[in-house]
Amino acid sequence: MNVQVDPDTLTAKDFTTDQDVRWCPGCGDYAILKAVQKTLPELGVRPEKTVFVSGIGCAARFPYYMATYGFHTIHGRAPAVATGVKLANPDLDVWVVSGDGDALSIGGNHLLHVLRRNVDLQFLLFNNEVYGLTKGQYSPTSRLGQRTPSTPQGSIDSPLNACVLAIGAGARFVARGIDIQAKPLSEVLKAAYRHKGASFVEIIQNCVVFNEDAFADFTEKAVAADTQLHVVNGEPLIFGKEKNKGIHFSTETLTLEVGTIGEDGFTEDDVLTHDETNPVIAHMLAGMDLPTFPVAMGVLYQNPAPSYEGQVSDQMDAVKAKAKGKGDIDALLRSGNTWTVN
Amino acid sequence: MNLQAHVDRRDKGSQASAVKVDKDSIVVRFAGDSGDGVQLLGGQFAQATAVASNSLATFPDFPAEIRAPTGTTYGVSAFQINFGSRVIRTSGDQPDVLVALNPAALKVNVGALRRGGMIILDTGSFTARNLTKAGWETDPRETDALSDFRLIEIDISKHTLEVTKPLGVTQKEALRSKNMWALGLIYWMYGRDPEITVAFVNNKFGADSVVAQSNVAALKAGHAYGETVELSGDLTPTHMSPVAFEPGEYRLVSGAEALSWGLLAGCKLAGLEMTFCSYPITPSSPILHILARLKEFGVTTFQAEDEIAAACSALGASYAGNMGITASSGPGVVLKTETIGLGISTELPLIVINTQRAGPSTGMPTKTEQSDLFMSVWGRNADAPIPVLASRSPGDCFEVAIEAVRLATKYMTPVIVLSDGYIANAAEPWLIPSMSDYKAFPVTHRSDPNNFHPFVRNDETLARPWVKPGTPGLEHRIGGIEKAYDSGNISYEPENHQKMTDARAAKIKGIATDIPDQSVEVGSEKGKLAVVGWGSTYGPIRRAVSNMRDQGLDVSHIHIRHICPLPSNLGNLLSGYDKVMVAEMNNGQMLTLIKSQYLIDADGLLKVSGQPLTIRETEEAIRARA
Repeated sequence: MNVQVDPDTLTAKDFTTDQDVRWCPGCGDYAILKAVQKTLPELGVRPEKTVFVSGIGCAARFPYYMATYGFHTIHGRAPAVATGVKLANPDLDVWVVSGDGDALSIGGNHLLHVLRRNVDLQFLLFNNEVYGLTKGQYSPTSRLGQRTPSTPQGSIDSPLNACVLAIGAGARFVARGIDIQAKPLSEVLKAAYRHKGASFVEIIQNCVVFNEDAFADFTEKAVAADTQLHVVNGEPLIFGKEKNKGIHFSTETLTLEVGTIGEDGFTEDDVLTHDETNPVIAHMLAGMDLPTFPVAMGVLYQNPAPSYEGQVSDQMDAVKAKAKGKGDIDALLRSGNTWTVN
Repeated sequence: MNLQAHVDRRDKGSQASAVKVDKDSIVVRFAGDSGDGVQLLGGQFAQATAVASNSLATFPDFPAEIRAPTGTTYGVSAFQINFGSRVIRTSGDQPDVLVALNPAALKVNVGALRRGGMIILDTGSFTARNLTKAGWETDPRETDALSDFRLIEIDISKHTLEVTKPLGVTQKEALRSKNMWALGLIYWMYGRDPEITVAFVNNKFGADSVVAQSNVAALKAGHAYGETVELSGDLTPTHMSPVAFEPGEYRLVSGAEALSWGLLAGCKLAGLEMTFCSYPITPSSPILHILARLKEFGVTTFQAEDEIAAACSALGASYAGNMGITASSGPGVVLKTETIGLGISTELPLIVINTQRAGPSTGMPTKTEQSDLFMSVWGRNADAPIPVLASRSPGDCFEVAIEAVRLATKYMTPVIVLSDGYIANAAEPWLIPSMSDYKAFPVTHRSDPNNFHPFVRNDETLARPWVKPGTPGLEHRIGGIEKAYDSGNISYEPENHQKMTDARAAKIKGIATDIPDQSVEVGSEKGKLAVVGWGSTYGPIRRAVSNMRDQGLDVSHIHIRHICPLPSNLGNLLSGYDKVMVAEMNNGQMLTLIKSQYLIDADGLLKVSGQPLTIRETEEAIRARA
């Protein structure tokens, strides 16, 4: 089944299992799978040290198609399981794959805490704004008014913005990609892997059966340039087919604004420069949405902090250094008041 | 015999003789406001009693709230200790002596006191306001309310204030040492050396601190008072001979301690690192606290965000090759059900400790019960059996924990360990074992890729291999969906699901060949009546059966540790008795299990009150049947 190989010569094929992929033809998950299978060997990761942990949903079938270790767990709980995996073996590379329902509905609490704790793993949220596996119910990211089997009159739930939530939860790395944009997606995955700590990546994913083209308003080739902003750390936030639209922070309204360079006195100097370590900018960028703003893509926020399991390890080392000798159980049982009967 | 024969007098004014009286056991209950330090008082007395080689058992009885309004009945905290010169197995049906530090403590506990028993109360706290708060319409000392008891009235509050005054403490601070004064008196009454508490206080607060000095002053004053009062005969000192314990080194141990150390020992014997994940819940939290302080043993503890995360992170740790353990009580364990199911489907080791408490739902968090048997044996979706074990006493938790690790790792399965609030908090003298007393059961994680698939089964145990992620050549995926017997890949094949269901059932059933036969605690293997119990009813059942046997009744005691699978000889054993009575603190769960497994016509002594089973209740039930 598995053959030991030299990691330096690995290719995407070495990360692919022999299992028939069962997603619907045309599903965005195929593109993401391909991107991951291509990116991992480029990163030089070792299959035996890689673990994919998933919850329940279409996205959650992901581990079965990766020739690494994989654990397909229960709905919403993958981050909790993954935390246990990292605590037991911090040397493993752990990836969590979760859909919008799995991560933001039932799994909201566990997502919040894995990000807050900053457990060193990559959390890939495949957002298709619907519950695919259970046949099309609305999800926490579905738009207002969306008609689904459980919301025949249209959804009345205000949707969550996954990246805004992640920043609010205290995540130190937040990024966004699109399933069919292979190159930017691969860049984001690499950055996520290299960031030590919880790396949150929202991947816009098309559900071809239950929510086809939900994102066409910014993923369609014809409009993409004018509706997507690819952020780059240290560079001005410029987008548009002619690369003449820029994001400006207004000190009057304390909000972002879009300006066209050369119009109404708007110049390049008015365009905000991306600083990925700035959580305020990240929060605003994450919240940008059509029709007024483009949707921000790329690494929105990256401001590393000590990882959870690293600190757990440090505390244990500190205690061990202070203790005389390595835990003697017989001595432990006899600590405190004892007496002897002769 | 107990105190009754010697102090059975109703006339408060009569003088007792100043002769030291020999007893073989006494039950003392301390009670006071939750801020009065009753638990500390009780714990110290227990320690001193243990060191004096009396046999003992304790029963702390706390209210659920952290600190209820002072002086109210729902703020009363109590600590009962049964100690003696013979082997003590229960904390005592009824106290012989009640030390009541305020009117509320008297109100709540006087009903339990044995007729003719002694009340020592703090008159200084019997103010009109406190009496009202406690619900006494009139002062009970002025009515017949206490006529069945021997009343000793002492202004403990005033004595404490006097002796601590020179230290310059405030009245409020001084009264916090009231418990120490009472302890000093009790030490004198039972011939204990106060030095053990002086050392404890000095160590805890620093000998130079005002707090330490107040406590020590109060302790010594209470002790001295006893000496003085002896002359007037109100209080007689009582001597309890030491019990002839088996030679060895002893300590007091609570169930929480023994369980935590047993898990540690089990992991050592298995050669595994422990990852312990849990969420705070009464009465399980102490286990988390104890293990959190054992980092030098390589124990990782994790306070998860909720009960489900606790179980999931423990399972994740097991997936990664450690011993994943989680602990909770009823309302928390029920949340872990789906996770346990995942552990069953993926056949991973996982230990779930349930320190049971009164239910259903929130129930009574600080009251004991053993009503989670059904949930443990059957409480998952689908056919999902797992081993279930129950500990019988604080010290027994050590061995049961080791056994849980052994079974979880050998059979690649979640295991539930049932303890209860009484066991967790109570203390008993414990002959300290050594690691060399136990046979190791080292775990080998598979590293050989030849003929590997994740669900290839061991012929003997039917367990699948345990592979540590990180091992080259063995990369595989597991999950909660049904998988093929022959490959481990997802399978929806009908025959396969039947085969896997049967294999999982057979794996658990086969454990019955790997556990000891059921033994008889006391009595014979055949007879008129068998009393069957499990968990903390061990003490009262054992004592009751022994007492009844002493009176010539044909009754035997069987106590079950392995609830699932049940020992293979149990059915046969039970068939040797004319009648079988299951005594348990629930509405008939073991009773139902036994009846359904063995088709026998057993009946039950079922107590669901939040209080331990008493010896008397059990004796009455035996007499009615034997």
